Amino acid sequence: MNNAMRMDRVRRFIATLNQCRELGLTVTSAKKGQLTLCLPYSDRIIGNPDTGVIHGGAITTLMDTASGSVIMCALEDFELCPTLDLRVDYMRPAEPHKPVYARAETYRVTRNIIFTRCEAFQDPGETIANCVGTFMRIGKEAMPKSFRELIDGDTK
Amino acid sequence: MTNPEILRYTQETGDFSRMLESIPYARFIGLECDRFGDDLIFRLPKKEENLGNPVLPAIHGGVIGGFMELSAIIYLMMSQETLRMPRIVDFSLDYLRAGLNRETFAECQLTRQGNRVANVMITAWQKSRSQPIATARAHFLLED
Repeated sequence: MNNAMRMDRVRRFIATLNQCRELGLTVTSAKKGQLTLCLPYSDRIIGNPDTGVIHGGAITTLMDTASGSVIMCALEDFELCPTLDLRVDYMRPAEPHKPVYARAETYRVTRNIIFTRCEAFQDPGETIANCVGTFMRIGKEAMPKSFRELIDGDTK
Repeated sequence: MTNPEILRYTQETGDFSRMLESIPYARFIGLECDRFGDDLIFRLPKKEENLGNPVLPAIHGGVIGGFMELSAIIYLMMSQETLRMPRIVDFSLDYLRAGLNRETFAECQLTRQGNRVANVMITAWQKSRSQPIATARAHFLLED
């Protein structure tokens, strides 16, 4: 599987997630075990009306999606892995009117568990939040074949 | 949250509609809140736009996180009677069960409050409070 295939796979997957369509998440880049997603700024997700800063929940969704989807860039076969836990550290509020990016990587893949880390940033080096997550491998059979084929498309 | 009038109104009446109306993200996910005595119960009604996994279908884990995080912020604002939104420092979230496409509830507990930092525990459930779908704890900065 090459990077273009990884990117297509993640794009198709994210397109099936209602909340990600609502937020307008897009795929910026995909490599083996690495994925960057983009959350555009929107008035609809402001958490603090005084400052226009977007709510941490939107960043949590961005990072959860990036961390869960990077697994598709690490494994050959599509497996949906439920989140066991997420730990998010907020470094600074996101600047209004600018997109937020999340770069995720799988740093350890075992038979049962996948460990991820993710950084949310706007300008490079200006971290908004860091996140570590663990995901449970429940096997590719846990998802119906039709859904797996939808996500894999003709990349395999 | 610069409008002291909204906070006073919410505290006096227990009607959260005006406060929640002023927070776009609360409207975005559909968060609601009810007061029972001194207790606050947060509610996230069933909403197609909040779904992640389309097969189950299940609420996006990030939305569950955002719901719990915003619940904790409102809970702190009400208990502190502060006009400033507390700033989140960190958030640790355990997913215990799939959040199915139905109404979700949350309640918060102030575990420890210092002068500058508060530690809040949040529990989210659907059909039964004794079967939580997620638990979380968060630290907030109460002032700069």
